[in-house]
Amino acid sequence: MTLPRSEEPVVSAKGLDLTFQTNDGPVHALKGVDLDIEKGEFVSFIGPSGCGKTTFLRCIAALEQPTGGTLSVNGMTPEAARQARAYGYVFQAAGLYPWRTIAANIRLPLEIMGFSRAEQTERVARVLDLVDLAGFGGKFPWQLSGGMQQRASIARALSFDADILLMDEPFGALDEIVRDHLNEELLKLWSRTGKTIGFVTHSIPEAVYLSTKIVVMSPRPGRITDIIDSPLPRERPLDIRDSADFLAIAHRVRDGLRAGHAYD
Amino acid sequence: MSRAILPVLSVVAVIVAIWYAACVPMNIHSAVTIAERAGIAVTPEGARERRQVGAFALAAQNPQVWGTTFQQDKPRLPAPHQVVVELWETTALKNVTSKRSLVFHGWITLSATLVGFAIGSVAGIVLAIGIVHSRAMDMSVMPWAIASQTIPILAIAPMIIVVLNSIGVQGLIPKAVISAYLSFFPVVVGMVKGLRAPSGMDLDQMQTWSATRTQTFFKLRLPSSVPYLFASLKIGIAASLVGAIVGELPTGAVRGLGARLLTGSYYGQTIQIWSALFATAILAALLVAIVAGVEKLTLRRMGVRT
Repeated sequence: MTLPRSEEPVVSAKGLDLTFQTNDGPVHALKGVDLDIEKGEFVSFIGPSGCGKTTFLRCIAALEQPTGGTLSVNGMTPEAARQARAYGYVFQAAGLYPWRTIAANIRLPLEIMGFSRAEQTERVARVLDLVDLAGFGGKFPWQLSGGMQQRASIARALSFDADILLMDEPFGALDEIVRDHLNEELLKLWSRTGKTIGFVTHSIPEAVYLSTKIVVMSPRPGRITDIIDSPLPRERPLDIRDSADFLAIAHRVRDGLRAGHAYD
Repeated sequence: MSRAILPVLSVVAVIVAIWYAACVPMNIHSAVTIAERAGIAVTPEGARERRQVGAFALAAQNPQVWGTTFQQDKPRLPAPHQVVVELWETTALKNVTSKRSLVFHGWITLSATLVGFAIGSVAGIVLAIGIVHSRAMDMSVMPWAIASQTIPILAIAPMIIVVLNSIGVQGLIPKAVISAYLSFFPVVVGMVKGLRAPSGMDLDQMQTWSATRTQTFFKLRLPSSVPYLFASLKIGIAASLVGAIVGELPTGAVRGLGARLLTGSYYGQTIQIWSALFATAILAALLVAIVAGVEKLTLRRMGVRT
């Protein structure tokens, strides 16, 4: 395992293609995607459904195989990066096992990866604390609200110290107030841990509020239409969403989405 | 719970009332004949004349003999209290080692049922694991499993007993094999469904942790299948009991609940047949209740909301 030098991007895609063969002919989920993600960045992928934002995230996680181009994660292939525990993946649903307590759910990847019993316990306590769920370890998932379940899911993805956190619409199923709160918490977590985060969303305010880099994508074929480096400071109170800078970026994202969308 | 007792008892009372009412026309011909022999006036007189009269008409003409329709030795339809008395006498009042004890016969059948259920459940689980993990097994085993259940068990049971007997296997094992034959199928179907219950997302998640197939099986698929397994086991254990009884019929067995049914029908002992049937039903209910109890304990330990 070779550690990436600091100037090397954490994720690097060059001319990435992914074509699914279906009965209705080939579907170009991704076409010619070029993107570098630097260490410590918070990158949001935004676009209408079918634009390939989730597919791109799944390619990074080696859950899909690109059909063309190159993709490296920490300087390795996605498969090798996965073996090296490069990333934690948070899905849209919390995906907690109903027969395991919250602590046991978070322990699950640690069991699979073969951490010692003592280290499992120590890590579970640490990440529960990180997502403000200390004291809820003994509860079963159904005893927690949807927002708390998703926080537990994030804790689980953090438990094995991956440098990259891949999140596929993690707050998509939650109501707006819970979502605002979790966005704020996520930013705090990001600044505390210095992780590199890839975040799929279809909410413009969410993307602008969270990201240092916003990747606007459009469908048929799935491609990147705009990459916006956010000028917002890293420290972001919720009311930053009323600032002129914020609105300007949101406007640019909306324009990008409109340009790439055919409304047919 | 207590609010349900009254409706439940009402349903039982209605069933018992219908049963008693049915005893009158079912047993009226023999009741009238017995009464005539005892010198009681009946209409019409003479067995030959009465053969032309329907059961309901005869019952309507001879209300004085209704009482005896409930207390014959060999009625066509025994009255509920006759079955209860027979059940009581052949369980509580007989030594359990006696050939006339239903507990003795019940144990013979139960032991074959339990062995068959164990074989069938283990076989069902093993087959399901194979089917879920191997496409070849999915395509080759499943059609045979389905085909096996389309053959009437009454047709195949004698063959199993004859074949096993020819290689010197007798007694409990052939019956257990027939039990297993009936009980493995619901377990296969339920377990295949249960092992495939995890969503694509659950499996993707396992993959992001580089979990092996074995880890995915024990940590995800197996726990996911538990509710399905218990649903299948409840069907399976009832089917096992049926299998063990059917296995007792073609051999002319002298022991077991099936044997009681068989000898009862040879000698027209309808009360014995009905009490054996009820013993079977009670035994089946107990077995299903035990599986349900284990299910409840297991699911509670697994944190399922109850």
